[in-house]
Amino acid sequence: MDQNHMKKQINSARNSLFQQGYLDEQFIQLEDLQDDANPNFVEEIVTLFYSDSTRLIRNIETALDNYPLDFCKLDDYMHQFKGSSSSIGAKKVKDECSQFQECCKARNTEGCIGIFRQVKHEHATLKRKLETYFQVSPSNSLENRHTLQRNTQLCAAD
Amino acid sequence: MNLGGGQVVNKQSVMPSSSGASWKSTAAGGSGGGGGGDGGVPDQFPAGLRVLVVDDDPTCLMILEKMLRNCNYEVTKCNRAEVALSFLRENKNGFDVVISDVHMPDMDGFKLLEHIGIEMDLPVIMMSADDSKSVVMKGVTHGACDYLIKPVRIEALRNIWQHVVRKRKHEWKDFEPSASADEQKPPEEPDYSSSANEGHNWKNTKRRKDEDDEGEDRDDSSSLKKPRVVWSVELHQQFVAAVNQLGIDKAVPKKILELMNVPGLTRENVASHLQKYRLYLRRLSGSQHPGGMNASFMGGPDAGYGSISSLNGLDLQALAASGQLGQLPPQSLATLQAAALGRSTNSKSPISAPVIDQRNIFSFENPKSRYTEVQSQHLTNSSSSKQMNLLPGIPTNMEPKQFVSLQHQSGQHSFGSINNQVLIQMGGQSQSQSHSHSHSHSQGQSNTNPHHGLRPPVLSSEMLTRGGVVDMATTVYNPVVSQASSLVDFSMNHKNDSSGSSYPLGGSLGIPNLASATPTPLQGDGNLDTKVPRRGIVSSYDIFNDINPSGIREWGLQDVGMTFDSAQHTMQGGSGPVLLQHNRSSEREMGGQNRNSTSGKAIFSPGVETGSHRNVGQQRNSYVAENSLRVKAEDGSSHNNTLYPEQYGDDLLAAILKQHHQQQQQGVGQSETEFGFDGYAMDNLPA
Repeated sequence: MDQNHMKKQINSARNSLFQQGYLDEQFIQLEDLQDDANPNFVEEIVTLFYSDSTRLIRNIETALDNYPLDFCKLDDYMHQFKGSSSSIGAKKVKDECSQFQECCKARNTEGCIGIFRQVKHEHATLKRKLETYFQVSPSNSLENRHTLQRNTQLCAAD
Repeated sequence: MNLGGGQVVNKQSVMPSSSGASWKSTAAGGSGGGGGGDGGVPDQFPAGLRVLVVDDDPTCLMILEKMLRNCNYEVTKCNRAEVALSFLRENKNGFDVVISDVHMPDMDGFKLLEHIGIEMDLPVIMMSADDSKSVVMKGVTHGACDYLIKPVRIEALRNIWQHVVRKRKHEWKDFEPSASADEQKPPEEPDYSSSANEGHNWKNTKRRKDEDDEGEDRDDSSSLKKPRVVWSVELHQQFVAAVNQLGIDKAVPKKILELMNVPGLTRENVASHLQKYRLYLRRLSGSQHPGGMNASFMGGPDAGYGSISSLNGLDLQALAASGQLGQLPPQSLATLQAAALGRSTNSKSPISAPVIDQRNIFSFENPKSRYTEVQSQHLTNSSSSKQMNLLPGIPTNMEPKQFVSLQHQSGQHSFGSINNQVLIQMGGQSQSQSHSHSHSHSQGQSNTNPHHGLRPPVLSSEMLTRGGVVDMATTVYNPVVSQASSLVDFSMNHKNDSSGSSYPLGGSLGIPNLASATPTPLQGDGNLDTKVPRRGIVSSYDIFNDINPSGIREWGLQDVGMTFDSAQHTMQGGSGPVLLQHNRSSEREMGGQNRNSTSGKAIFSPGVETGSHRNVGQQRNSYVAENSLRVKAEDGSSHNNTLYPEQYGDDLLAAILKQHHQQQQQGVGQSETEFGFDGYAMDNLPA
C-alpha cells in the first residue's frame, strides 16, 4: 500500500507537471524510449539538456550585454535553445523562447532582455521540478512507465 | 561478338522468381540478407537501415539516436557536418539515409544536403525547430527528401525508410529513360508490399555495386539493372522483320515484342532498341530530322548545367573512371566543368575523361539507344553533312560540361565507385532529367537537385544533332550523375554503351570535327572499334563543333558525357581517330577539345587529362567488356574496340556497323550507319 501510495504521489507529481504546462507530450515520447536497456534514459537526457543549455544561456547573456543588440545572433542562439528545450518537452521554456524570438524580430531590446529573464526562470524552475521528480520516481521499468502513462492519460482527461 | 543468337541476357533473371524480387535477390546475393531469394526475401527491411544523424545539439542527437535504435535502425551520430561528410565519403555505401539538422554552426544544413546529394546521392531528411514555410521550401528546393519539425517524434522516424526505397526506385527509372519506365519499374518493384525487400535489396544492391565495382558483373545482379539484352544479329533481324512488318511508323515496342516472340525480351528492351534503330535509320536517311530531335533535347541545355557542379563531384570521377570516352572527355569535361561548374564544383580536376564516363554510364542505361546514338554520331562525324543535321541546335553545352565536371571531380574515385554514386545520385535526382531532355535542362539549373543539373539536356541536344544520338544524350545525361552511375553499374547493357559512343565525344566541343574524321565504324568494323570508340566519340564532338561552334563547348561537355558512353562502346578500339581527326591533336580525347578549343578549348585544356581519358575510355572498355558499366577505375586501357561493339549488342552492332561501314565508307555517315543504329531515335529518348 505504501508503495501504491508512493506511486500515486509520484504519478500526481508527474501529472501536475503536465497539467501546469511544464512538460508536454514530447516528454512522454522520451519516457517511451526508456526501456530496460536504457532504464534512466529520461533522466540522462534531461541532465544532458541542462548541461548543454547552460552553455547556450551563457551565450545569450553575453550577446545581451553587447549593445546594440545583435538580434540575428540572438535569434540564432535562441533558435538552438528552443530546439533543445522542445526536444525534452520543456513546454514553458519553449514558449518563452518563442516570445523571445518575437522580440528579436521586432528588434525590441527591452523586450528581449525581459523575456530572457523569464526564459531563465522557467528553465530553472523546470530543472528543480524534474530533479525532484527523478529522485522520487521509481526506476524506470516498463511497468512503472506504463502505469505513469496510464495515469497521465487519465489525468489529462480531466 | 556476337554473342550468338539473340540471347537475352537477363541478369535479373538470375533469380527468376518474382521479377521484382529477382534483382533483389540477386543483388542481395551478397547483401545482407536482403532479398534472399526470390520473393521470399525475409522482410527485414527496414530494419537495419543505416542512418546517419547530424545535429549539433547533443540532446537532440541522443534522443534521435535512441528513437532510431528503437526503430531497429543502425544509427551513427555526429554533431558536425564535416565529420558527417567524411563518414559518408569514407563509407561510400555505408549509409542509406541521412538526417540532418538545418541549423548547424560549422556548416549550413542545406549545404551539407547539397554535398550529399552530389557526392553520394543519398536521401537526406532535414530537421529543424523552425517550421516556417520559407525554410521548409528551402529544404525542398535543395533536394531534401523530407523535412521534420522538431521536436521529432518517433513516429516520424519510423517511416524514413520510404525515402530510401523511393530513391532507389527512381534511380532505376532513370536508368531507363528510354525504355518504358513502367515496364521497368514493375519488375523491379512490384509494389511496395514487398518494398521492404526491395528497399533492402536496393541497399544491398547498391552496396554490392559499390563493392563489386571493380569487377564483377555486378551489373547484372546487384542492382536493379534491367536485364541485359544482347542484340545479336539474329535477334536484330527478327526485330527488323517485325518492324518492317508493322511498318516503321506503326512499329511500337509492344507489337514488335509480340511479333518477335522472344522469351525473356521485355518491352523495354525493344523500346530502347527501337529508339536506336530509328536513330540509325534517320542517320541513314541523311539525318535531316535531327532538328526535331534536337529541339526536344536542346530544350534546356543550361538546365543541366546548373547542376553540373553537383555532378562534378560525382560524376567526374565516375566519368573519369570510365574514361573510355577518353577522347573527348577531357575536353568536354573541362568544358562542362568550366561552364557548368561555376558553382560548386568540388575540386574537380580538369575534365579529363570523366565526362566520358558519364556518357558511358548513360549509354548503359540505354543500352541500345546509346549505342546507336553514338554510332550515329560517329557516322555523322564522318559525314559532315550528317553532322550538320545533328547538331543544329545542340544546346548541349550543358551536358557535356556537366559531365566533365562531374567526372572531373570524381576523378580520383575509381570509376566504379563513382558509378555507384552516380547511379545513385542520378537515380535520385535526375530522374526527371533523363526523361525530359528539355525539362531536364531547367531542372538542372535549379539547384534543387544538384544532380539534376547534370542532366543537362545538352546531351540530348547533342544527341539529336548527332542524329539521334542526342536522344541518348539526354537520357543519359539527365541523371548524368545517376545515369552514369547507372550505366556503370548497369553496364550490363553495354549495348547502350555503344550508343553512348554516339555521344558526341568527338565533338562535344566541336562536333564538326567529326566530319572530317572518317567515319570509322564505331563499332565493329574495326575502324570503329579501334578508332571509333574513342574517336567516334570524340569526333562527334567535332561534328558538333562545326555545327554548333558556340555551343560546342557545352556540347563538348555533354558529349563528353555522351561520348563517354559511346566512348565506352566505341572507344574500345581506341580507334577514335576517325572523328577526332579534325582537331584531334595528339590526343584523341583532346581532339574533341581542340576543336572546341576555339570555343571550349580552354575548358578542356585546363585539366583535361588525356591520360585520364584513357582511363576512362579504358575503363569503359573494360566496362563494356563486362557489359557492366562499372567502370573500373581507370585502369582500363584496353580500349578494345571489339569490346565495344560487343557490349552493345555485340553481334548486332558489329553486324550493322560492318554493313554500314562499308556502305558508308564513302559517305559520311558510314560510321554512322553503323552506329546509327545505335542512335536511338532521339525523340524517343527524351520521353
